[in-house]
Amino acid sequence: MGHSYEDSKKKVLRIIIILGIITIGEVLFALYGKGHLIEGQSLPGYVVSIAMIVMSIVKAYLIVYEFMHMKYEVPGLVKSVLLPTLLLVWAIIAFFWEGSDWQKRRNLISDKNKAPVKEEMQKQEGYLLFEQSDIYKM
Amino acid sequence: MADVAVHTHEELTGKKAWDGAAKPFGASYGKLMMWYFLLSDAFTFAGFLIAYGALRISMPSWPVPDFVFSTFPGGFHHKPLYFVTVMTFVLLFSSFTMVRAVQEGQRENKGGVVFWMALTIIGGLGFLGCQAWEWNMLIGKEHMTVTKNPFGTHVESGTYLEGDGHEIKAGDSFKAGDSYLIHKHNGEWHQLPYKVTDGPDAGIEKVQSFGPKAFGALFFFITGFHGFHVLSGVIFLIIIMVNVATGLYVERRNGYEMVEKIGLYWHFVDLVWVFVFLVFYLI
Repeated sequence: MGHSYEDSKKKVLRIIIILGIITIGEVLFALYGKGHLIEGQSLPGYVVSIAMIVMSIVKAYLIVYEFMHMKYEVPGLVKSVLLPTLLLVWAIIAFFWEGSDWQKRRNLISDKNKAPVKEEMQKQEGYLLFEQSDIYKM
Repeated sequence: MADVAVHTHEELTGKKAWDGAAKPFGASYGKLMMWYFLLSDAFTFAGFLIAYGALRISMPSWPVPDFVFSTFPGGFHHKPLYFVTVMTFVLLFSSFTMVRAVQEGQRENKGGVVFWMALTIIGGLGFLGCQAWEWNMLIGKEHMTVTKNPFGTHVESGTYLEGDGHEIKAGDSFKAGDSYLIHKHNGEWHQLPYKVTDGPDAGIEKVQSFGPKAFGALFFFITGFHGFHVLSGVIFLIIIMVNVATGLYVERRNGYEMVEKIGLYWHFVDLVWVFVFLVFYLI
């Protein structure tokens, strides 16, 4: 690995300190963003979320590449372990897409539950309680 | 990376690849398989965390982490995220001691390996202790279960008509987005009545409703699955530490490879915690 025992000892100490600083940064940023640190000051939710995700990915990189020694493995091993995780990108997009669709349906149903009952609807025999235009809104 | 030269199997060993002496990717069978096990485990955790995200995004409101996780040992309240930050540091520290154990193993220092592994075990047990305390608070004091979630969020502003004997008094007002905890006394839930003061329902009396049901199941299942990984890690760390101490690996003449493998696993547990921390507590 090209460096002496003393060097690698120092390096590990440096990385654990960086990880600690990022963790404290994350917590302070989360508390500030949600208005717990300074009364009346906060940030939009998406700014906080993006900052948190970026900081977490930096931490994950340091743990995998330095602590787990991924940096010193041959390229084939690195690729065979890391490339499959890219599949998760689509999993995240697909399930969040699906989740927000569920929310639209929940909202539609709760709106419909509150809406006044129309007389002519009760005369219908089928189960179609939504109007055609509502289906496109889903 | 520079000194990892690329040789064919035959150049290195004088044997053909299928004769079994060669190491693919320059890593031992055990280490390589540990990497692939961790990859598959990463998918398991990712599946859980993505399910959490999808359910959370599908609900009109969700328990606010700064409110749910705001107790600290010693009877402190309203300390958002303090305790879980301590837990994160305990695990980070044990990751550091694990790297040190692997480094001592690489220079064949038996005493050093045992010392740093012992510290790692203490860190792991400390984390489990913290988690036990957190679960105890949620289950014992706040009465959250896998099917009942007493942490709710107001969706409209209003005024309480009754107090709960803790912090809420009759006549206190609240805004949409404020969090509340429904208390349980002698086996009975006390959902406080309130009067809505804005929106289309202004003037109507309602009672506090329970929070999204899935929250408890997701929380206990995901942090429990992670905690179970920590527990099995601690058990393997103890076994391997004893083997190091008795000189078993010196006899086997393959260095301290077992320490490296449990090291990979232990860092992975820390890695998963980075994302559990992100998803459950920070966002």
